[in-house]
Amino acid sequence: MMMLKLSMERVGELFSAIANQQALYLPIESADQVNFEKWSEGRKVRLDVLKTVKSGKDLFFPQSENLVAFKMEGKSIEIIQQELSQEKFVLMGVRPCDAKSFEILDKVFLAEPQDSYYAARRANGTVIAMACGNPEETCFCKNFGIDAADPVGDVAIWIHEGNLYWKSQTEKGEALTQSVKSLFSEAQEAEIDAFKAGIREKIEQLPFSHLDLSSFTPDQLNEKFNSPQWKKLSQSCLGCGSCTFVCPTCQCYDIRDYDTGHGIQRYRCWDSCMYSDFTMMAHGTNRPTQLERFRQRFMHKLIYFPSNNDGMYSCVGCGRCVAKCPIHMNIVKVIKALGGESK
Amino acid sequence: MNHEALIPTLGVVTDVRVDTPDVKTFRVNALGGGKCFEHMPGQCAMLSIPGVGEAMFSITSSPTNKEFMEFSIKKCGCLTEWLHMMEVGQQITIRGPYGNGFPVEGELKGQDLLFIAGGIGLAPLRSVIDYVLDNRSNYGKINIVYGSRSADDLVDIDEIRERWMNAEGVNVHLTIDREQEGWDGHVGFVPNYVKELGFNPEGKVLVCGPPIMIKFTLGALTDLGFERTQVFTTMELRMKCGIGKCGRCNIGDKYVCKDGPVFRFDELDELPAEY
Repeated sequence: MMMLKLSMERVGELFSAIANQQALYLPIESADQVNFEKWSEGRKVRLDVLKTVKSGKDLFFPQSENLVAFKMEGKSIEIIQQELSQEKFVLMGVRPCDAKSFEILDKVFLAEPQDSYYAARRANGTVIAMACGNPEETCFCKNFGIDAADPVGDVAIWIHEGNLYWKSQTEKGEALTQSVKSLFSEAQEAEIDAFKAGIREKIEQLPFSHLDLSSFTPDQLNEKFNSPQWKKLSQSCLGCGSCTFVCPTCQCYDIRDYDTGHGIQRYRCWDSCMYSDFTMMAHGTNRPTQLERFRQRFMHKLIYFPSNNDGMYSCVGCGRCVAKCPIHMNIVKVIKALGGESK
Repeated sequence: MNHEALIPTLGVVTDVRVDTPDVKTFRVNALGGGKCFEHMPGQCAMLSIPGVGEAMFSITSSPTNKEFMEFSIKKCGCLTEWLHMMEVGQQITIRGPYGNGFPVEGELKGQDLLFIAGGIGLAPLRSVIDYVLDNRSNYGKINIVYGSRSADDLVDIDEIRERWMNAEGVNVHLTIDREQEGWDGHVGFVPNYVKELGFNPEGKVLVCGPPIMIKFTLGALTDLGFERTQVFTTMELRMKCGIGKCGRCNIGDKYVCKDGPVFRFDELDELPAEY
């Protein structure tokens, strides 16, 4: 696969060329927030913004989506199937941490029995991952083996000195590349070597780049679970669930029914293990306090998920929770308190 | 044909039996007759009334019943209230089977079996008991201890009296919590009764009931010399998907809906003390 480049002055032509074939989602500014939205001429693209408020998770696992509908008549029920999403799309400008999160979500949704709604969107989507020229202090992707200088996606891009460098990494990425190749000129890998080295140097200096995760192993499950630290860590947690909503790897969902007036729509929506009614049963059994709910979220990301997935943590170090938590609690503090002080 | 696990099929209620003041047993058939799907004892199904809710219930009937499935359901929340208002002919949605079930063709085969149930906890064990009675030669001696608050709260007492009590090599021990007029059987809580009966610590034990009953029964069994590796139970947690993805029934690295709901006590010991 060859390295290509395009002047950033002509990047609009690239957007048009892609959008002429399939839907194009980009970090777009709207109401003072940048999120992945469908691009059209005139929309304000913000590839310079490091982190969208929400991750690109929505494109594969939407915040809310219809599953099936029912028509009720007397004692009879009619099941009305929901068509799977057919939209072919390109998700462009995904940061390396978010790109890695799709691999984590795949472990959940593509495990048998597959989630066909998610699988359809994954099959239809092409991910263009973008290197991080300016990582921020909240970033800690390095701890999870992510290289912000070398993004992994169907296509990898780098924006450097007024050029967009482009390299396909999969068959899907190559197919997209062929369709827009005429816009690009050839480039040498070496042209961005110094840029990449600079990114790695910046990452190295970040305050949270050297957490010690070595004690977060499945055999430490009960020791971590029973740690006296949870009480202090969870004490101020509001249970607002903001961390789970901005988290690219949180995958818990609810299934609910809505009476549309013409029938019943069954849909699923994101849910949060931080919420007090998440595990509430009809007869009253529940995780009793915020401590247990708080602990569940971090134990899942750092111990339970890796235990079931060959050691892969369910965190990519994007730092959204670090930036968004109203009481300034986050996974970095949890890792440090539970025995992961910086190396 | 839809292959999506979250999409249910239709079933129809073909019989409603009133068992106790708050338990009814519903017979469910596929719309064209027969069963909606096959299952193993201890497995569960998601039942729903669209617009009301969907929840996980243990399948009460044995897979050896080739004609229909049964669900003994206690009125306890929003959905179960609605289910209790159903009449014959009502359609419901159903999906499953979910979970591992009891190892009736594995560890339990050839063993003496002691069943201990409290209240509606009999529902999942009934599937196993009937399966074992229908494959009688594959199992050893059978003891069933079943207790409830009162004589009126014993679920499907007719089958217990007519079938189980008359079956060969089966001893049924009933108990109720408090004295009651017309009851000449044992009175007392299940754990104490288990200890009084003084079972030999042999074979396998299957326990299901309220958490407090399970806790004290386990103590009684330990006092009698049973090991935790001999005792199985089935767990109940909030569930939405049934396939280990929605996150609700996660305990440690297990999902009760797919890795359970049946666990051996030594397996439970390895899980964090979450509930």
